[in-house]
Amino acid sequence: MPEIGIVGYGAYIPRFRIAVEEIARVWGENAEDIKNGLQVYEKSVPDIDEDTVTIAVEAAKNAIARAGIDPKAIGAVYVGSESHPYVVKPSGTIVAEALMTSEQVMVADFEFACKAGTAAMQCCYGLVKAGVIEYGLAIGADTSQSRPGDALEYTAAAGGGAFIIGKDPLASIEGTVSFTTDTSDFWRREGEDYPSHGARFTGKPAYFRHVTSATKLLLERLSLKPSDFQHVVFHMPNGKFPQAAAKELGFTADQLKAGFVVSHVGNSYSGSSLVGLTAALDAAQPGERVLITSYGSGAGADSFSFVVTDRILERRDKAPGTDYYIKRKHNVDYGTYIKLKRKLKV
Amino acid sequence: MVHNSSVPLYWRLRKSKYNLIGTRCKTCSTAYYPARHLCQKCRRKGEIEEFKFSGQGKILSYTIIRSAPAGFERYTPYAVAIIELAEGATISGQVTGKIEDIKIDQPVIPVFRKIYEDGSGGLIHYGIKWEIADGQRA
Ligand SMILES: [Zn+2]
Repeated sequence: MPEIGIVGYGAYIPRFRIAVEEIARVWGENAEDIKNGLQVYEKSVPDIDEDTVTIAVEAAKNAIARAGIDPKAIGAVYVGSESHPYVVKPSGTIVAEALMTSEQVMVADFEFACKAGTAAMQCCYGLVKAGVIEYGLAIGADTSQSRPGDALEYTAAAGGGAFIIGKDPLASIEGTVSFTTDTSDFWRREGEDYPSHGARFTGKPAYFRHVTSATKLLLERLSLKPSDFQHVVFHMPNGKFPQAAAKELGFTADQLKAGFVVSHVGNSYSGSSLVGLTAALDAAQPGERVLITSYGSGAGADSFSFVVTDRILERRDKAPGTDYYIKRKHNVDYGTYIKLKRKLKV
Repeated sequence: MVHNSSVPLYWRLRKSKYNLIGTRCKTCSTAYYPARHLCQKCRRKGEIEEFKFSGQGKILSYTIIRSAPAGFERYTPYAVAIIELAEGATISGQVTGKIEDIKIDQPVIPVFRKIYEDGSGGLIHYGIKWEIADGQRA
């Protein structure tokens, strides 16, 4: 059986940022306490003409450039998000046409809170493994919404990661598992502008239980231990949760470092762990193992183990690294942020 | 609600709006955007083919719009530029991102963005805008 995995990957993060200080100033809160508590210093803000579709397209262009494939060879385009611009009308059709794929392509939008993108990766993996398609494109992208004044406003960010799944990978998939239960920690009803959440309930029974259970299950299935991995990425709703999950599972701060993007870009929901994975791949060497566990409220976690191949060396530099997007930034004030995020009804 | 005014037009033009697809004359290599089906130089001796522009271009001229036409009010201030593509054609387009230091002759790269929306319930029109190139992205 030939190796199947990530043939090309790409990230995209909008250029605008708003600092925790700037949000705290408006709401009269203590910025130092918030920064210490969340381990987040600023977050990305989409431009007024950016949404999940435009972010998905830019990330996917980078993935296709790294893969070096003809977009016509892509057999499936799956876009995972919780901020699809239309309630009815798929994001994927626009993305596929913008990338100039063939019209003979499977397309669907995925939704599972912040883990819709990794769910899309699992589907592409299955289709490639079964020989139904040659390449599948899995994307996780979001322009996440938060109510002004809500605690989420400090972290809810925008960004996306895209992955071409196929043969001759730069990182082969060694295994993937999921852990899923009906746990209501975070939700948004149809027609509501902003999500609701169970505040403290989002921690232990939700994020931690699912992330640690999926990761332990993956390690058990593959007979691996934390020290077998050079890089590990967990979903990053803030900086504290993934650090605590890593510690609980026996991973070190060093393993977490390369993919730990949350402090300067915030939580891009479906993009969060996937942008982290692109950053980890930017740093990984052939032969190294990378573990990623996403988390989606509602709730579930998807865990993957990747083994990086020699191909990474020839493909990595064919698109800008994730660090380029993290460093390319322009800070805005709260008023500009409100305009860009269209929180004003005009 | 029926939003039919621009729906068929948007659909017909999507290929050339989402990507820089124009035409080129095989006889004299003149490139056209938007697409032309008859070469202006060779007339009937020319042979026209579909052509994807590389996206490399530079700003020939620009203006900053502060009082926008209907549908574009949210975006002000924004820059509209005439861009010369590396293959020769010139096109007009919106420059997005950080436009404070926009200059004539600056190289630009194409990006995929929302162009405008038919109100809150209508279609979202996507297409190419331009960003000042920083040499990091092709
Ligand atoms: Zn001609």
